[in-house]
Amino acid sequence: MPTAEQTLDEILNLAAAHFKVPREKLSPDDDFFKTLGIDSLQTLDLLTKLENHFRVELPDYELQGVNDFRTLASKIQVRL
Amino acid sequence: MKNQAISWEVKDGVIELRLHRAPSNELGSLSLQELEQFVAVLDDLERESHALIIHSQMSSGFCAGADLRELQERSSAMQTPRALEGVRGFLERIHRALNRIDASPLTTIASVHGVTFGGGLELALVCDLIIADKTTRFAFPELRLGLIPGFGGIPRLKRDVGNAVIRDLLLTGRSFNATKAQQIGLVSQVVAEGEALRTARATAAQLAKFDRYTAATAKRFIKPIPYDELKREIDIFCDLFSRPAVQQGLKKFVESKDAQPYLP
Repeated sequence: MPTAEQTLDEILNLAAAHFKVPREKLSPDDDFFKTLGIDSLQTLDLLTKLENHFRVELPDYELQGVNDFRTLASKIQVRL
Repeated sequence: MKNQAISWEVKDGVIELRLHRAPSNELGSLSLQELEQFVAVLDDLERESHALIIHSQMSSGFCAGADLRELQERSSAMQTPRALEGVRGFLERIHRALNRIDASPLTTIASVHGVTFGGGLELALVCDLIIADKTTRFAFPELRLGLIPGFGGIPRLKRDVGNAVIRDLLLTGRSFNATKAQQIGLVSQVVAEGEALRTARATAAQLAKFDRYTAATAKRFIKPIPYDELKREIDIFCDLFSRPAVQQGLKKFVESKDAQPYLP
């Protein structure tokens, strides 16, 4: 099982690749809505990408209020 | 036939019904009117076809569901009894159109991607097969508005999957992806991003090899239409719609600046 830091790193890599943002511009505590400039539909798209990548299910209500990569990683980590 | 929201053509014995209303094929009065035009000519189209594919040309997804902005504007401008009459009339019309497609003797395929929520999922459930690409997300988020799905979603979902799955979808309002949808038996094929329509066309080509009468007979036998429950759904929806909480929920949703307004 990957460590929490590895999970976080994978999320940052995935977000950078999917939304075509340089990886070095993303930090664990960034507000991803602002950094990635994504709307609600793109958030769903990110959720699907994360579920497919980590092979987990992430109920969207668990992500309510989550806006930084570190917290997002912790939500995924408990389901790995 | 090229319209503003829904267009169709017949190619190699396959009717392709395209949804193309920005931003996400929200189903309102314009879409319903054009869907009714399609249903009005369906008898003729069926004579020269063996399959029907429903798909979306919008990058955001198959369909985000009912046009909540239109519903809110229409209902807030009226007194409750008239608003209810309007909502019931709208539901009865959309049920007639969807029931007709459900009962088509053709084999019907929903080719879906991206957001397939609420009325969008209900439209897909009318079809015999759902082919989804990996970006697809399904949800029945209606409870956040104090409502249940109103376009036949629950009776049709009951026909296809177990009650526990329906309770999960309906009572939590959560969305789930194509892989999960295939695991529960809702989706027949999951394909790579952007490949759903090509796969639907390949499947439709395969269907052409079978005798039309036999295929239609098999479909009638295995896929009954739950007319009584569909009627009951309209009654329940209208009962719920008359509650003040629904007006408040609709207003809150359409005015929301939240990045995740779809969340219950």
